[in-house]
Amino acid sequence: MDALVNKRIAKVMKGDQNAFAEIVELYQHQLYQICYRMLGNKHEAEDIAQEAFMRAYVNIHTFDQKRKFSTWLYRIATNLCIDRIRKKKPDYHLDAEVRGAEGLDMYSKIANDDQLPEEELMRMEVQERVQYEISRLPDKYRAAIVLKYIEELPLAEISEILDLPLGTVKTRIHRGREALRKQLSNL
Amino acid sequence: MKACPENIVHVMNDYLDGDISSKDEATLKAHLKSCSDCQKLYHELSKTIAFVQSASHIQAPSDFVQKTMARLPKEKKQANVQRWFKQHPLLTAVALFCIMTSAMLFSNFNNEQQFSFTKQPNLVVEGETVVVPEGETVTGDLTVRNGDLRVEGELHGDVTIVNGQYMASSGVITGEIEEIDKAFEWLWYTIKSGIKEAASIFDNSSVQTE
Repeated sequence: MDALVNKRIAKVMKGDQNAFAEIVELYQHQLYQICYRMLGNKHEAEDIAQEAFMRAYVNIHTFDQKRKFSTWLYRIATNLCIDRIRKKKPDYHLDAEVRGAEGLDMYSKIANDDQLPEEELMRMEVQERVQYEISRLPDKYRAAIVLKYIEELPLAEISEILDLPLGTVKTRIHRGREALRKQLSNL
Repeated sequence: MKACPENIVHVMNDYLDGDISSKDEATLKAHLKSCSDCQKLYHELSKTIAFVQSASHIQAPSDFVQKTMARLPKEKKQANVQRWFKQHPLLTAVALFCIMTSAMLFSNFNNEQQFSFTKQPNLVVEGETVVVPEGETVTGDLTVRNGDLRVEGELHGDVTIVNGQYMASSGVITGEIEEIDKAFEWLWYTIKSGIKEAASIFDNSSVQTE
């Protein structure tokens, strides 16, 4: 698999765009899934996943072929997701201030940070609920939890993707797990 | 809770990470049996993990690859050309052949700056001028490169002068005289003589078939 990917990358480095299409084909679902779980929104997930592939293409010459391509690619994607999550908050804030009186509607849209009423949670389907609980996690923990439990990657690889020491990754997973446990205490 | 070892949560987390020593594992199991609070915590955490892992696998939309490719910056022309060559090997070969032949033709013209002429008996050379001396008769075609020709005697045949001059004189030439000075004319001449040769081959073959 890695040898196959490296062959494609060598072609891409020579400027062959068709070879890159094959790389996108290979990783599209995993990358999209990470983005979707991080962002909780299909449109944004698609946008960010495409952006990640584009950046990988433009910066392909900075990729070290001795390393794993997926690690490098996921790193680009998780960084983009975290940036997007952090940018999103002030955006809503501005909107809320401008609209003033309609603020209530805006708040209901940013439900992510606020807990929904109990009966609404109960009406949610399991899949919906999973996504909802993941998106309530602070972004630091969210990335670690998604990579560990959705992508099921080994801790060493997660530490490389997030560019954090192994110990820090463990701590984030532990805290993320603990936060989820508390969120789910009524389940 | 007071009886719980201080690091039991840490050990539990290591266990859940699948990264625990057998000694710690034994300690954890022994403690879980005796402590219902820790047991509850452990079960809740396991349940949490199972819950997150129940998330179904998500697939990218079907037009994802196409849309992604549309967003990439245009590729370098070089790659395009290279791919075209790969897809049309025959045309590439023909084009390459044409380039090589024309290059050879031009380089022939430019490289042969040396003075040379067709060897014939009775010819006299003065510097870079070929002379057919008075009273002598030369039979056959004569080609002079990078030099001039002066005919004082008789020449029975065609004359071709490349990069040189035919100096009018009192001699007699029974064939055609041709002076070629420029690369393009040289090319034209080569093509013409090539066609003539080909035609003569056809003439011969048609004679044979008759």
